[in-house]
Amino acid sequence: MEFLSDLKDQVSTAYELLAAGWGVQLLWGIGWTLAVTVVSMLIGAVLGSLVAAAKLSYRGGLRFIGESYTTVFRGEPELLIIYLFYYGGTQVLTGVARSTGSIGSTDILNMPSFLGGVLAVGIISGAYQAEVFRGSFLAIHRGELEAARAYGMSAWLRFRLVIMPQVLRLAVPGLGNVWQLTIKDSALISVTGVAELMLTANKAARSTHHSLLFYTVAGILYLVMTSISTPIFEKAERYTSRSFTRPK
Amino acid sequence: MSANVATAAQAASSPDDKAAISVKDLRKCFGDHEVLKGISLEAHKGDVISILGSSGSGKSTMLRCINLLETPDSGEVRVDGELIKMKQSRDGHQMPADIRQVERIRANLAMVFQSFNLWSHMTVLENLVAAPTHVLKRPRAECLEQAEALLKRVGIWERRNYYPPHMSGGQQQRAAIARALAMNPKVMLFDEPTSALDPELVGEVLRVMRSLAEEGRTMLVVTHEMGFARDVSSKVMFLHKGEVDTVGEPKEMFARPPTPQFKQFIANFNK
Repeated sequence: MEFLSDLKDQVSTAYELLAAGWGVQLLWGIGWTLAVTVVSMLIGAVLGSLVAAAKLSYRGGLRFIGESYTTVFRGEPELLIIYLFYYGGTQVLTGVARSTGSIGSTDILNMPSFLGGVLAVGIISGAYQAEVFRGSFLAIHRGELEAARAYGMSAWLRFRLVIMPQVLRLAVPGLGNVWQLTIKDSALISVTGVAELMLTANKAARSTHHSLLFYTVAGILYLVMTSISTPIFEKAERYTSRSFTRPK
Repeated sequence: MSANVATAAQAASSPDDKAAISVKDLRKCFGDHEVLKGISLEAHKGDVISILGSSGSGKSTMLRCINLLETPDSGEVRVDGELIKMKQSRDGHQMPADIRQVERIRANLAMVFQSFNLWSHMTVLENLVAAPTHVLKRPRAECLEQAEALLKRVGIWERRNYYPPHMSGGQQQRAAIARALAMNPKVMLFDEPTSALDPELVGEVLRVMRSLAEEGRTMLVVTHEMGFARDVSSKVMFLHKGEVDTVGEPKEMFARPPTPQFKQFIANFNK
């Protein structure tokens, strides 16, 4: 009985804390987490397709650049990349600004935390997306590309009409995985000071001394975000692969 | 600059400007293996030329050199008298000098492939209008109308909204032939169009090809269908080990094989 009343106390404390403003803050945190993830995915999509194209190139130099990119950014700890971009970026920006006289010789020009964060996470996401795009391109039936050439399509038309739609179709399941990775990586950019879910949970836990509560709530919220995305990607996959499943 | 002048002069003084396709001394190696050892061929408007030969004789490679899906090492290809301009790449290989010219010529040489190669993410109808609207830049409404008519002609209009993977091989190949016709091509290139089909589906494709031959289309057909070669084509060309072994009028050639190799070849088929 004592245990039950204890639990009741816990729940009412939790309710009070969340109602007192931490709940709203956590919701903002979700918003920022999604913003970071979406922007990083977009940066990653652009970089990933360029890197995939480089890795598929018949030019050795481009292939080397592509290979190095995926090796480095998949092989380094995410946190290190984020520090590198945020603190390293700050150092570079400050150096440039000082030398051009835009700021005083003792001033510091900070890397904007959102920008530094999404660049770092986007670059990492791009390394994984590059592998997804490369695999998807290789899975396209060669004959279809040959037919596109045989019918007089230019390289751009072949890309737009035959390659891109098929790469997107084949890439959807893989992109679902990268999306999940990227949601989780977004938590790491709390170190740059973006008030996303992780940072908000951290702040709440420290200032209220209710670590168990806030980390559990944040954990549940991350899980909700990653598991909601699964059926969305499955639906997208069904839509994009409709030409391969039997019509009902 | 001087190379271009020479090319223009050659084109003007071409011995046979009327040939729909003229191939001269085509050579092609894959590594050390010489697949084509100097092949020449001329197809006039309305010709239906069957190209026969055992596997490895170079017949598909020859066809693919005509629309530059393979780049010949040497030799020249003319379409309607127009020479496809080639240049030397830095590593000494031949390559097309003007990719725009190649694309324009390819659009006149619609190809039908052994494995159909329809675009699998497009419906049959979309397959038929993709190249005419985007490559030939014809109005979409006009292309759709023509596409429907062509699908009726090859007997798969009911399947116009199907995706290729949902159709039988015979239906896919008929759709692919309709896709070729939608380009209003000067010459149609068939690369073993029935070789990937189940035997019971070969007939429906051959019937369509026969009707095309009868309406006077210019066709180059790489095939193993001896019946088609003998009864439908206007000329038969037999390749042996990368060379033209014999060319002639089909009925005559099948009745009295002019070379021992061709005799052996048809004997193997009749076994």
